[in-house]
Amino acid sequence: MPRKRFDLTFPPRQATKAITYHLVKDFDLVPNILRAAIQPGQEGRMLLELTGRKEDFEAGIAFLEAEGITVSPAASDIRLDEETCVLCGLCTAVCKPHALELAFEEGVLHFDKDKCVYCEACVIACPRRAITLSF
Amino acid sequence: MSKSWEEINARIASGEAVVLTAEEFGALAADEGIKTAARKVDVVTTGTFGPMCSSGVVLNFGHSDPPIRMAKITLNDVEAYGGLAAVDTYLGVTQPSSVRGIEYGGAHVIEDLLRGRAVRLRASSPGTDCYPRTEIDTWVRLADLNQAYFFNPRNAYQNYAVAVNSTDRALHTYMGTLLPRLGNATYSSAGALSPLLNDPLYRTIGIGSRVFVAGAPGFVAWQGTQHNPDQPRDEHGVPVASAGTLAVIADLKQASAEYFAAATFTGYGTSAFVGVGVPIPVLDEDLAATLALGDADLQATVIDYGVPRRSRPSVGRVTYAQLRSGWIEIEGKKVQTGPISSLPKARAIAAELKRWVAEERFTLTPPIQRLPQPGEASIHTLEIRTEEAV
Repeated sequence: MPRKRFDLTFPPRQATKAITYHLVKDFDLVPNILRAAIQPGQEGRMLLELTGRKEDFEAGIAFLEAEGITVSPAASDIRLDEETCVLCGLCTAVCKPHALELAFEEGVLHFDKDKCVYCEACVIACPRRAITLSF
Repeated sequence: MSKSWEEINARIASGEAVVLTAEEFGALAADEGIKTAARKVDVVTTGTFGPMCSSGVVLNFGHSDPPIRMAKITLNDVEAYGGLAAVDTYLGVTQPSSVRGIEYGGAHVIEDLLRGRAVRLRASSPGTDCYPRTEIDTWVRLADLNQAYFFNPRNAYQNYAVAVNSTDRALHTYMGTLLPRLGNATYSSAGALSPLLNDPLYRTIGIGSRVFVAGAPGFVAWQGTQHNPDQPRDEHGVPVASAGTLAVIADLKQASAEYFAAATFTGYGTSAFVGVGVPIPVLDEDLAATLALGDADLQATVIDYGVPRRSRPSVGRVTYAQLRSGWIEIEGKKVQTGPISSLPKARAIAAELKRWVAEERFTLTPPIQRLPQPGEASIHTLEIRTEEAV
């Protein structure tokens, strides 16, 4: 089944609605909340991974939009400052989904955002503080 | 086949020396054999770029008017040693900021100086007849200082442990975050490029050796602290645990932030990545044999950092080739690996040092005095005792 990641922006009044419940029950989608910053009375954001059938995706997204939530494809939220990075590779030691890989021969740190689960282990591990999350 | 230091230096001086990095030399020896490689190549360059906590700089600020004998000194709120002459100090890389803690420490001050940034110097003193000033608050840049040089008491460790954690909670260590139940393994050596792994018995690297320190030409000043040549060695004489170390000295003004980088290890403290490289003359085939060793030949000992004691248990031995593959097997379990020492930077250092020797005619110095050999050193432990028990 296809899996996609979305960046959801909640208007302040919608930020308390249990949307994941409806995605599961009404649309048969499997939600995986990777990151969320949701507080009553404030604009909220959620990085949501959905797994399901194509037609259910479309109906589920339509439901979210009808609820006043802005849905956009997930942007890369982890940023690597290449000027600061010294290519030590310590981030790769704590990245369990193997989203970060240091290619020794090329001398390049690869970041595969589709594998990233936004656990922030790399942010804390980086001795150069070169990795940041945008929200 | 053997070559003398004089012959090799004469070839460097005339621009004819054949210089390869340790990795290139290993490849040549694999293709053409050690004998041929030893005959063809004059110098092999090495490099390493790992966190080296026992590093720091000696600084002289020059005198203010009226002058001060600085007793309490801070640079960007990081304390520097006030127990030297009036305006001399030593700033260690691990000293944390009194304001920002371990997120900014002595290493960050040094990196700021290398980047040409102004640093706030504050000092106080009781005041004396000859040094009447009691307070100073000013800004200094590297170019303003009289002398500024690295004096790193322990760099370029000859091999290091591979760290794992058998406990049920994550550990924050100088080897990075160690995930519970053997969740990962971290290692910190340049392997085949590591200076002291290429000359395991310190035949060419000794006191007075000309070396690369953070982009500056420098010298081996002394044996490094905790230099321990008596660690177990493999059939090539290469230690399989952390053994020899170097104390190095080099001009900070000639160094570069390209080869020195401040580091913060969460839950542990501040440190610095220091780039160290040593050129090794290919004197004979014995030396060529160890210079040719690759990551598949070099081993490290896996240590369980979950045991909070001086002597932590070993849980196996692995090669650097296995570590570089991304996983190792420990106690039947597949464990993800990650390095702390930067291999791309180590390569850049070995390549830059190769350029120094081949193009800038950076000649080599035989040791003025040898480093302690196996059987010549002893490592003491610190016993907790009373004066009466001594």
